[in-house]
Amino acid sequence: MSQWDVVIGLEIHVRLALDSKLFSGASAQYGAAPNSQVSFLDAALPGTLPVVNERAIDYAVRFGLSIDADIPEVTRFARKNYFYPDLPKGYQISQMDDPIVGRGQIEIETDKGAKIVNITRAHLEEDAGKSIHDQYDDWTAIDLNRAGTALIEVVSEPELYSAKEAVAYMRAIYNRVTFLGICDGNLQEGSFRCDANVSLKPTGSETLGTRAEIKNLNSFRFIEKAINFEIKRQKQRLERGEEVVQETRLYDADKDQTRTMRSKEDANDYRYFPDPDLPALNITADRLAKQRAVMPELPEAKLTRYTREWHLPEDDARQLAYDVAMSQFYEQSQALTKAEPVDNAKFLITDFNALLNEQDSDIKSTNISPGQYAGLLDAMSSGEISRKIAKQVLAEMWTSGESAETIIEQQGLAQISDSGALQSIITQLIKDNPNQVEQFKAGNDKMFNYFIGQVMKQTKGQANPAQTKQILEELLSNE
Amino acid sequence: MINLSIRELNQLLEKKQISLPELSSIYLDRCQQFNPLLNALLHINDDIQPEQLLTADNATGLLSGIPLIHKDLFSTHGVRTTAGSRMLAEYIPPFDATVVARLNQAGMMSLGKANMDEFAMGSSNEYSYFGPVNNPWDLNRVPGGSSGGSAAAVAARLTPVATASDTGGSIRQPAAFCGITGIKPSYGRASRFGMIAFASSLDQAGVMAVSADDCGLVLEAMMGHDDKDSTSIKADPWSWQAPQDAAMQGLKVGVIPAWIEQLTDDDIKQSTLSALETLVEQGAELIEVDLPHAELAVAAYYILAPAEASANLARFDGIRFGHQCADKSDDINDMYRKTRSEGFGAEVQRRIMLGTWALSSGYYDDYYCQAQRIRRLISEDFKQAFSQVDVMAVPVSPEVPFKHGEKSDGVNMYQADQFTIPSSLAGLPCLSMPIQPAHNLPVGLQLIGPYFNEQIILTTAAKFQMVTDYHRQMPEAFV
Repeated sequence: MSQWDVVIGLEIHVRLALDSKLFSGASAQYGAAPNSQVSFLDAALPGTLPVVNERAIDYAVRFGLSIDADIPEVTRFARKNYFYPDLPKGYQISQMDDPIVGRGQIEIETDKGAKIVNITRAHLEEDAGKSIHDQYDDWTAIDLNRAGTALIEVVSEPELYSAKEAVAYMRAIYNRVTFLGICDGNLQEGSFRCDANVSLKPTGSETLGTRAEIKNLNSFRFIEKAINFEIKRQKQRLERGEEVVQETRLYDADKDQTRTMRSKEDANDYRYFPDPDLPALNITADRLAKQRAVMPELPEAKLTRYTREWHLPEDDARQLAYDVAMSQFYEQSQALTKAEPVDNAKFLITDFNALLNEQDSDIKSTNISPGQYAGLLDAMSSGEISRKIAKQVLAEMWTSGESAETIIEQQGLAQISDSGALQSIITQLIKDNPNQVEQFKAGNDKMFNYFIGQVMKQTKGQANPAQTKQILEELLSNE
Repeated sequence: MINLSIRELNQLLEKKQISLPELSSIYLDRCQQFNPLLNALLHINDDIQPEQLLTADNATGLLSGIPLIHKDLFSTHGVRTTAGSRMLAEYIPPFDATVVARLNQAGMMSLGKANMDEFAMGSSNEYSYFGPVNNPWDLNRVPGGSSGGSAAAVAARLTPVATASDTGGSIRQPAAFCGITGIKPSYGRASRFGMIAFASSLDQAGVMAVSADDCGLVLEAMMGHDDKDSTSIKADPWSWQAPQDAAMQGLKVGVIPAWIEQLTDDDIKQSTLSALETLVEQGAELIEVDLPHAELAVAAYYILAPAEASANLARFDGIRFGHQCADKSDDINDMYRKTRSEGFGAEVQRRIMLGTWALSSGYYDDYYCQAQRIRRLISEDFKQAFSQVDVMAVPVSPEVPFKHGEKSDGVNMYQADQFTIPSSLAGLPCLSMPIQPAHNLPVGLQLIGPYFNEQIILTTAAKFQMVTDYHRQMPEAFV
């Protein structure tokens, strides 16, 4: 039995997928030549003033709506003051009181099933530039391209109780913002970064322990390792009777450990105050309605629709609903096929996915269009081909790029659904195998499958199974 | 010639009684000749080529070809802009302030840049890194501040017009001290873009000139919404109409008896009462009003303005532009410390420290938030007053220009802003116009208008100036 409860809260920085920065209009493109995307405002030249990027407001609102959050009528920007060479103004424009997104929630998957995690708030802020310490021996280089790009910081309640849950939460937020299209999700480029507040308390205790903050985690793997290391470190200290010091720590992935970055004593007093350059912003009901209208359907809503209206099994529905690309492909193909949604889902999740795995590809980069795929589904649902043949045709579609129809026709893969033809094959089989007929009549049911197998063999698997079964039953009973 | 109004100068140009180069060289010669006495100008644009600056669009119009001087707080493209600070002693902006750009568009000819208190902090213009400005009426005395250079330049007729800025009285007090007319429009009327920030929620660009009519003409050209300044208000612009006669029948003028009582200098009190009498003679009705919270204004202002300044001036860190200490530094913080200790004068450092302190955790609520509350109460007081009157007439300063070095006590200097700060906190339009001198030195009367009604104070001042000639008087040494 563990003696300690782990409590984790996350602050996630989501870079908004915008063409221009939060306040300057300069390009926010990643990867340009250093300092090539720096406006006068980004360099904090005297007299320059911020003008808010309205799209950033819309994106933040969209995020807020997606987590069912309170969106206050009035939101305000504040200055967070500290000196650092890659922070040109000497303050970061962020939000303190009246953030754009209030309390909300998101569902995560845990070992014990689904869990609701409360989100305290999410606010807009500008990113700092980059200090590059390792490029020159005697210098620190500053790249201000990133300075002023738009972030939302999503702050969770301290309601995550293991590294696994923290990762599940981070994934849920990641899926959400990429689903909404407000973040490009590029972890390497720092589009999605996370600070984790970790603390331990004696099992059952109501009071939270002293926390350490691990800064700047930008991979799902590292966050889990970093938190686990931190839990171990704090546990060791507590069990030795030492105190955990409130501090900021950095995770070193190479050594798989966290180390002190700065202690609480060195912590900045950020002296937040409302930014007088930016009047309070009214978020009108009209704006909310507009954003609601352009929001893609959320996974939760999709899940409900898939299970209630399309009668998908919960597992299948969940797999599709929470995967943007899959659900898109699924819905697009469903709109074009006569096949039942249930059958489409089943084939997509098992057979199509198997092919994608085999090809080391994914649904986003498949060269089979939803329309082509719908054609295949139609052939299957009409009974023209069996599921087994359909898999074969799909593989052929992948390599040749031809439509299902063409492949089925060229390779003569259509099921024999001609009852006359099936009837004559089966009549001949019965005639040729009197022993087996006798055994069947004597009660050996296995013999029925023997005949089915023979039909399939003779038709190279193209016989319509249902029809075959029906004709066989009929003719055998006549014997 | 040099005491002519803008309309009169325009007539000379229109009738070709004087050429553009002649007009600008008359003023440029005066700048060259008299500036050594005044130190009002930090830059004289002696290679000005007026005809080349005019385009088809602005070759005509009342302001076309009219010389002016910009306070050195306004960024001028390619022309050194110092804000009176060592920090920016070598700074050349790569863009024009919106106010500068608009006056250029109107065809005005910039003769140079005016000295000022460092970063507009001061009421005597003794806090310029480039030395104090002398008052043209008595060179041993201060011209007021922070727009002391602009005021002295207009008073000595080195220019017919100057731009200026007002945060807590920086236009009105030097206008009063130098015997000229100066208007600070409503907060949000003129763009702050390119104007080096002192206290963003209070800073406002304005005009200094010989007469209210001149102020009206120039203000009309420079005000109006600017997309680059989120605090500039989208309101219908007005066009300046000079009054036809001096009649003030039906005009309700608010006076504050307590403020007049606070004028301990009897001569100033007499001047003020006699100016009010002049208004009455023209038919105005004096109505006593009260601003019950105004006595708290100075205290609130000296929290709010330094708080904002402490953040606004954080960008001067020696990294991207501006002064950087020459000595080798131990680390980045040492570099900041040395750079800022060298680059900022004592008064600026004092205010940065005041503001930093007022925003610090533990003090923020007691000081900053409390001051904001007072600010709101004062705005309410004014609203109350303007429900009874059309315009308010109050003193500008309790004193006449004092001698250089006479005031060494900062708080004493702050307290003298008591009559100008309340209208600044409320964001109201206000002006100072010359009235009967006291002790042979200029005295001003302040007119305050309701929010966004600059016309009423300009019209009232213009009428006053139809029946008085204080504004036409010139210091003898500069005739």
